[in-house]
Amino acid sequence: MSDPVFNFENLRKKLASLKGPKFWRSLDELAETEPFKQFLATEYPYGTADFDTPMERREFLKLMGASLLMTGLAGCKLPSFEKIVPYGKMPEQIIPGKPLYFATAMPFHGSALGLLVESHMGRPTKVEGNAKHPDSLGAAHAFAQASVLGLYDPDRSKVVMNAGRIRTWETFRAFMAAEIEKQEASQGAGLRLLTGTVSSPTLAWQIQLLLAKYPKAKWHSYDPVSQSRTREGSKLAFGEITDVIYDFNKADVIVSLDADFLFSMPTSVRYARDFAARRLQPESPKTMNRLYAVESAPTLTGASADHRFAVRPSEVGPLTAQLALKFGITLPSEIRAALPAAPEWLNAAAEDLKMHAGQSLVLTGEEQPPFVHALVHAINEKLGNRGKTVQTIAASDAYPLDQTESLRELARDLDQGSVDLLVVLGVNPVYEAPADLEMEKKLDRAGSLVHLGLYEDETASIAHWHIPETHYLEMFSDSRAADGTLTMIQPLIEPLYGGISAHEMVALLSGHPGKKGYDLLREYWKTQWSGLDFEIRWRRALHDGVAEGSKAAEKTREARSAFTAADFSGWVPAARSEGLELRFQPDPSVWDGRFANNAWLQELPKPLTTLTWENVAMLAPATAEKLGLTTGEIVQLEINHRSVEAPVLIQPGHPEKSVTVSLGYGRTRGGKIAAGIGYNAYLLRTAAEPYFSKGLSLSKTGRATPLALTQHHNSMEGRNLVRAAPLTEYLHHPDFAREHSHGNEDLSMYPKVEYKDYAWGMSVNLNACIGCNACIAACQSENNVPVVGKKEVLMGREMHWIRIDRYYEGSLDNPAILHQPVMCMHCENAPCEPVCPVGATVHSSEGLNEMVYNRCVGTRYCANNCPYKVRRFNFLEYNDKHIETLKMQRNPNVTVRARGVMEKCTFCVQRINEKRIESEKENRSLRDGEIVTACQASCPTQALTFGDINDKTSKVTAEKALPLSYGLLTELNTRPRLTYLARVTNPNPALTTGAPSHG
Amino acid sequence: MAETRKNDRSPVQKPRLITPEHTVSSVTDKISSIVLKRKVGKGWIFGLLLSFAGLGMLTMAVAYLLFRGVGIWGLNQPVGWGFAIINFVWWIGIGHAGTLISAVLLLLRQEWRTSINRFAEAMTLFAVSCAGLFPLLHLGRPNKFYYLFPYPNTLGVWPQFRSPLVWDVFAVSTYAIVSLLFWYIGLIPDMATLRDRAKNRIGQFFYGILAMGWRGSARHWFRYETAYLLLAGLATPLVISVHSIVGLDFAASIIPGWHATIFPPYFVAGAIFAGFAMVLTLSIPLRKFYGLEDFITIKHLDNMAKIVLATGLLVAYGYMMECFSAWYSGNPYEQFMMANRMKGPYAPFYWALILCNAIIPQLFWMKRCRTNPAILFAVSIVVGIGMWLERFIIVVTSLHRDFLPSSWGMYWGSPWDWMTFIGTLGLFFSLLFLFIRFLPMISIFEMQVLVEDSREDGHKNEHP
Repeated sequence: MSDPVFNFENLRKKLASLKGPKFWRSLDELAETEPFKQFLATEYPYGTADFDTPMERREFLKLMGASLLMTGLAGCKLPSFEKIVPYGKMPEQIIPGKPLYFATAMPFHGSALGLLVESHMGRPTKVEGNAKHPDSLGAAHAFAQASVLGLYDPDRSKVVMNAGRIRTWETFRAFMAAEIEKQEASQGAGLRLLTGTVSSPTLAWQIQLLLAKYPKAKWHSYDPVSQSRTREGSKLAFGEITDVIYDFNKADVIVSLDADFLFSMPTSVRYARDFAARRLQPESPKTMNRLYAVESAPTLTGASADHRFAVRPSEVGPLTAQLALKFGITLPSEIRAALPAAPEWLNAAAEDLKMHAGQSLVLTGEEQPPFVHALVHAINEKLGNRGKTVQTIAASDAYPLDQTESLRELARDLDQGSVDLLVVLGVNPVYEAPADLEMEKKLDRAGSLVHLGLYEDETASIAHWHIPETHYLEMFSDSRAADGTLTMIQPLIEPLYGGISAHEMVALLSGHPGKKGYDLLREYWKTQWSGLDFEIRWRRALHDGVAEGSKAAEKTREARSAFTAADFSGWVPAARSEGLELRFQPDPSVWDGRFANNAWLQELPKPLTTLTWENVAMLAPATAEKLGLTTGEIVQLEINHRSVEAPVLIQPGHPEKSVTVSLGYGRTRGGKIAAGIGYNAYLLRTAAEPYFSKGLSLSKTGRATPLALTQHHNSMEGRNLVRAAPLTEYLHHPDFAREHSHGNEDLSMYPKVEYKDYAWGMSVNLNACIGCNACIAACQSENNVPVVGKKEVLMGREMHWIRIDRYYEGSLDNPAILHQPVMCMHCENAPCEPVCPVGATVHSSEGLNEMVYNRCVGTRYCANNCPYKVRRFNFLEYNDKHIETLKMQRNPNVTVRARGVMEKCTFCVQRINEKRIESEKENRSLRDGEIVTACQASCPTQALTFGDINDKTSKVTAEKALPLSYGLLTELNTRPRLTYLARVTNPNPALTTGAPSHG
Repeated sequence: MAETRKNDRSPVQKPRLITPEHTVSSVTDKISSIVLKRKVGKGWIFGLLLSFAGLGMLTMAVAYLLFRGVGIWGLNQPVGWGFAIINFVWWIGIGHAGTLISAVLLLLRQEWRTSINRFAEAMTLFAVSCAGLFPLLHLGRPNKFYYLFPYPNTLGVWPQFRSPLVWDVFAVSTYAIVSLLFWYIGLIPDMATLRDRAKNRIGQFFYGILAMGWRGSARHWFRYETAYLLLAGLATPLVISVHSIVGLDFAASIIPGWHATIFPPYFVAGAIFAGFAMVLTLSIPLRKFYGLEDFITIKHLDNMAKIVLATGLLVAYGYMMECFSAWYSGNPYEQFMMANRMKGPYAPFYWALILCNAIIPQLFWMKRCRTNPAILFAVSIVVGIGMWLERFIIVVTSLHRDFLPSSWGMYWGSPWDWMTFIGTLGLFFSLLFLFIRFLPMISIFEMQVLVEDSREDGHKNEHP
């Protein structure tokens, strides 16, 4: 339109010639100049503004529709011409940005832990405990917390493999159909099934049906860490296999004979809760329980004990026998004769037990042979504890048997070549079976070996077929809690990589290839829940995660009180002068090896040792001194002509002349993370002596390796960090923890800040904290805390926002072990804030010390100046930004931090804000206990309390008002918002040995 | 010029700062010939190549640093500052001598400064350039360095002025700018001399531009003198302020070993100590290779050695006071920190530092040592190392074991740390080699004045 040339005469003529009114906007339009046409063409490029042709009705409607669409898209660049589908019909329940919670359960350790899983737009992101589940009561251990990462593990197996080649599911089904057909004739004589401990009633039912169909087929069950010996012990005591559950709530005096009931029992989460509930309650200090822990390696249970005794694993049996004698239990004379003199403390403990008959508890662990369990049951019986602190119920394991014997039988059958088809469901016998069974060699003799597993592991590598298994968050199943309560497992997501569950595999074996886990489960429960209300019960059970009233009935069998020599299999006559003993334990991070590919668990500092990313050979300082060993030195461990090389870790509190090794490492397959770290302790383990054996020889190799420990210094250096005192002192000086504080609260150059609205604070109860790491894993999951790897941990760059500080106090051989969770204290006078040159760390109006990631330039001055050293820096690009599945795991409400920025605990500010928005919508203020931080939610013992310290009625305010409450390093005038409740122990006044000493 | 100055002079005997046979023109010839006539020597080429290799290494180390992040260094929790800050403080300290010689000694009319001030100033500039790299590179996100400047932005966010790191930004940048101006203004008359003496077009053009039309008129000289004096006045407080603020970077924290009121003066003394040691380290070989013994005489070296001795004593006093206040405070964390320095894992470094900075410089009580270039050179190197160790001890041992024993750790520089450090030495010497080849390393016109002065003094001596 730069050069409009109008012929006005023509225009006038044109206007005059028109009939009716003609509207024109400009002279250009009227003249129909070339520039105007061009303008039209660019303005309405798709010819919609067709001014020439008369508009038809349909054309008009089309245009109207388009216009409406365009107004809606105002601001968009160009409307898409591909077909798009609007979010017209919302998927049921899903509101973008709002997480949903589903009850499910994690099958683990022969049982299942009830969980509540947070799902964002169909992606499970965070695991919490299910408050309705009797084993969880709302808490979840680190394994469960980290299992959500296992779901998204990019190393999980994704395809059907046959002899190293990828096959279709159809090929596999055809193969199985043919194999099954072969078995029909022989009634399944060549069919074997190998499972782990099956606690799923449906799976057990399915297998029983299968066995009914093929009566000669056999079902074997083996888990490297199971409840097999515990159950054998109950059989010895009660005459039949019985589950025993304990009620720590009612126990005043507890004697643990090598039972790590706070951490490594299937019910530990529950036990820890009940145990902590009976530690010091400031309103009723006299109700505090007392724990004597005899243990063959330092455990969290021993760390929480009032008296801790370190003995070699083989000495626990004789000690138990001595204790049994004090309660009038009949022992065969040859056993009695072999007993050394009872130590003094045992008498005191026995007296204490007798004084609390019916309110006491004696227990032992899976590591000990069946006769120790039987003796313990007998002692409890004598004390009248059964029915009070001890409950006996039907076994939750659907197939309770001696698992080692079961595996031995399978090995024999394999040897004889009588196994045509072996189906392995989710276990890894090549890696985890006892070394003397030589399963790898024997499994080769199976006609066909079909392996169902999450990973292409060691067994998959020799199997003819490897079938990807579904993760528990992808499948329907069921299980039983320790007390028998039916626990439902429902999927949160479609199988990420395809895969089938064990249910579906057994269905396939039974000739129902297409059957889904969901249908199988319903099929079984329809047989159990007859009646019209099935759907209601079913929905209810899925919704709650548990079926109400499904607790197992109590058994009332009495435990034996007389034993014969035949009962004492596994009895090791005490011979103190003998050489080294070897003790096996499941690893506190990777367990039996199943979590070896989980980076969160690998990087979780193992309780007490703070070791990450590998396993070691633990031994006592005295033993190390005698053998001239140092931490990190690689030694060769040899027993029964089998040997491995392992780095040494000197562990204070470990019994002398004994070496503890953890299982679960030294994997050769099973994922990029799992393979190649640590050493394989299974290579030393035999079927006969699964937990400890004598005759270990240890030789130096002359090599050493650095160990990725997260804490290098074990002493408090006389500083008043973890404050502790015995109960007697507490009763006289309830404020013992505050005697050493010199902080002057009002000293500041700046005017005092008033927090008028909320003021967030936390209190950590050191009486409750057992140091189990659940909070670390929960925080990692909630706050997208990256994993850094062994190399970075070795450099001291782990990223955890919360850590468990562990200090030893007292003698090297049996020190007091103290835990202290440390995260950002949210100091009111935060030393980090004034030193930041860009104001990237600031105080909120509610007293939170906040990090502004966008603003942070990474000078690290804040971290230097933090006296608690809780700030964590992204030295490198730690967050994986490439693997798609890992992105799915992340919490969408928490920023994924970039390289070069500082980060730290936020008190879960995203959770605070979420609840605040809720409360504002309802026009009310936040209620006490409404906000639960991730660490707090996961804590089995409820050691953490979070809330508003301006609210005088809140729980956290009440805790902070207790005389036990103290702040860490308050002499620096930091005024931390996080305070601790000092630890009180309850040693037996009649005893001085074994009591944790507190300086 | 000479006359006005002469009148200020007291009649006491002047020390011999230039050999008497020099005339105004011989001085000009000698100094300008290094730039204009002297052939490019093999030693110079070798030295430049070696330094350039160091610079190449720095480039590589920095490129990899920007690519991967500061994690390539040995930093960790709890030691969040390492080589970068050590090197920063070290280089800034070295940079101190230049300003001190130029400004403070000028104001105090210490004439012996004349023959060393030019390259001391150059050294300052180059050292500050090296130092300035580190705070930038040590940032987690160096691309966001401008957040530290108070620039107007739509967010309305300002730096956090309570942080000593912000003060640092101002202190160091001011120091760098004033040092540059001071150096350049001092160069202008000499640029004119070189312009006039240059034989080739490039030289004439190059020096002509830099001379900014200097004709040597009385008015020029008058303005020059005024500007130079004003800048000297401006630069003098900077000598104190820069390193005081660097000291405050530490003192403003609450970490035992950092949180000490003695830090600002102690750091300034340390800086002058290190700076003069570096001037000695550079001037002793320079005067030898370029035959400048006439200009940089034993008297100069002697004077510098005395300053090294004096500041060394101040620094040693600082070490003593650190121990004393740790003990006297009764603060267990401070006491532990001191004990840990002396007996902990870094104890060898601590004692090496005491040896280098507090004991070996005591040799300078002896005139024999002060006037022996070989000993001076050796001691100056030792002091350079000692001062680096001092910063290592301050930065690392304070952080590695602070309040909670659970968080204690160890720190060692990674290969990339060393490459960056040695790389900055390469940058420093590259610049220095280029400087001595292309610019007059001794102020020609000031030496002329000195020749006049000493001649008259000489006459006086002959005819008392």
